[in-house]
Amino acid sequence: MVEATAVLNTVADKDGVLTIRIKGRLDSTSTGDIWQGAIEALERASSKKVVVDTSEIDYCDGAGISLLVEIQRRQKKRGSELEISGLHDEYRKLLDSFDPLEFEEYHPEKSRKTSLTEEVGRATFSVWDNIRSQIAFLGELVAALFLAARNPKVVRWKDAFLIAETAGVNAFPIVALISFLIGLIMAFQAAIPMSQFGAEIFVADLIALSTLRELGPLMTAIVMAGRTSSAFAAELGTMKVNEEMDALTTMGLDPVRFLVVTRVIATLFMMPLLTIFSNLLGIMGGSVVLLSMGYPLSAYVDRIILSADYVDLLGGLLKSLAFGLIVAGIGCSHGLRTRTGASAVGDSTTKAVVSGIIMIIVTDGIFSVVYFYIGI
Amino acid sequence: MNTEQETIIRVENLTVAYDETVIIDNISFEVHRGEVFIILGGSGCGKSTLLKQMIGLYAPAAGRILIDGDDIVSAEGSDRLRILRKIGVMYQSGALFGSMTLFENVRLPLEEFTNLNSSAMDLIVLMKLKQVGLKGFENHMPSELSGGMQKRAAIARAMVLDPRILFLDEPSAGLDPITSAELDQLIISLARNLRITFVIVTHELPSIYSIADRVIMLDKRVKKIVADGRPQDLRDKSDNQWVRQFFKREVALNGS
Repeated sequence: MVEATAVLNTVADKDGVLTIRIKGRLDSTSTGDIWQGAIEALERASSKKVVVDTSEIDYCDGAGISLLVEIQRRQKKRGSELEISGLHDEYRKLLDSFDPLEFEEYHPEKSRKTSLTEEVGRATFSVWDNIRSQIAFLGELVAALFLAARNPKVVRWKDAFLIAETAGVNAFPIVALISFLIGLIMAFQAAIPMSQFGAEIFVADLIALSTLRELGPLMTAIVMAGRTSSAFAAELGTMKVNEEMDALTTMGLDPVRFLVVTRVIATLFMMPLLTIFSNLLGIMGGSVVLLSMGYPLSAYVDRIILSADYVDLLGGLLKSLAFGLIVAGIGCSHGLRTRTGASAVGDSTTKAVVSGIIMIIVTDGIFSVVYFYIGI
Repeated sequence: MNTEQETIIRVENLTVAYDETVIIDNISFEVHRGEVFIILGGSGCGKSTLLKQMIGLYAPAAGRILIDGDDIVSAEGSDRLRILRKIGVMYQSGALFGSMTLFENVRLPLEEFTNLNSSAMDLIVLMKLKQVGLKGFENHMPSELSGGMQKRAAIARAMVLDPRILFLDEPSAGLDPITSAELDQLIISLARNLRITFVIVTHELPSIYSIADRVIMLDKRVKKIVADGRPQDLRDKSDNQWVRQFFKREVALNGS
């Protein structure tokens, strides 16, 4: 293939006529080479008349036509005469289909500047709007859950089991790994200062209480917010974008009952189970440190049984139920509120994870205060 | 009509299969430069699949696809890029980038592949949008447009670099009759004036009669091409009953 080339030649004759001669191939690759030159020659010209000689153009496509349109536009705006000579009939037809004065320079729409007051107002409104829709969603969800409790047949149990497997069982390795390492790291960090007082064995107390009451439920919930809440938001968001949600609604199926209830139930069942495993793995992680310091395993287990009781375990599991509701609920609610477009699903997923984690931490704080006042 | 029949696409012994299921079984055909070439067939016969093979998105189970003499299946790196520069594709859904305005969507190929200055690019984009009837919508996001408008914008994007071959997947589906007729006019004028070759997958018989130079028909029962010719000839003279039925049923509905 011959490389595309376009050649520009300008001649000003005595009668004040500027002739711009264009030769060769005018396509999207080569037009750029002569564009600037042609426009500059035109701008410099003092002559009243300009002739563009196109008889030696071998090939001209849309880009070449646009150069001719640009020359026409500039000449018309100046009120000068222009003649385009020697243009092939087929190119002439294409050129004539455009009115050069129709193409003013393009100015992208500038985003309107907003004042600080307006921005604060808008931000406040959007926060309020968000809270309102979360409350509305919570209402719908609770209603649908009550309906499901009264009539368990309406729940699609097959779907719920599948979701329990992907969201719960498949999350076990990551929950186990993180819990084990957190237990181990915490025990190691605590053992160093405590050994100065000869109190290493009390590391067991620390690990047992903190894991059962706080870290087990909390770490599981945060992993699930990252793993499951985002998956729910993306899945429901994609369904929304693909109009599957509209299809459900027009079939008379409530998306909350059909999609959300199964996910919430599955997560509510799996969350305490994962938390129990997380507790176990955390305590096992701590034992590694004490074993390496020469304490027998029985001493570690004794201290744990002495320091923690069922109330600590059940308190943590109760929290994990609340966290499960948050993980599934927030993921689904953001999924249902997905707008259109490719970035919308990404936005929903991000919002689901961020607000999920915030809600988990806030709820954990509330539980701590309540547990403190009721003395457990 | 073209007098010289210069081949621009050559499909040789193409077989397409998903896993074990054969969709298209050993077909060969040629497309000539400046031709409006239609791929037709019942639902599920592999029309869109064939189109996707021809633009090199998927590798076929067997066979070669030559675009202007180069095999798009085996080409890699800069060779492949050179072949891709010769083609433009409009996907069924439009496939506009949702995060960009219409103007930015159409401008993107110019920014990436040409050395035009900024105002030249702007003008070209505005001219292309004018050609597809979307001038005035430059600053709209794709999500703010109707399906038909998104399709037309996608055609503008596909042809912004003036490729030699334009592949259109169901261009007039979802368009109103007037817009669809305007689109047909655009296709005819680009094919006649700029000798752009069109490969179009479509179902719209009225539009086929007005634009097609040649039609091939795929039949999913035999997985082969069962007809090849001008649409009027296939309707009146094809020796395949199914082909005549395909055309005549529609003609009976539309024409009488």
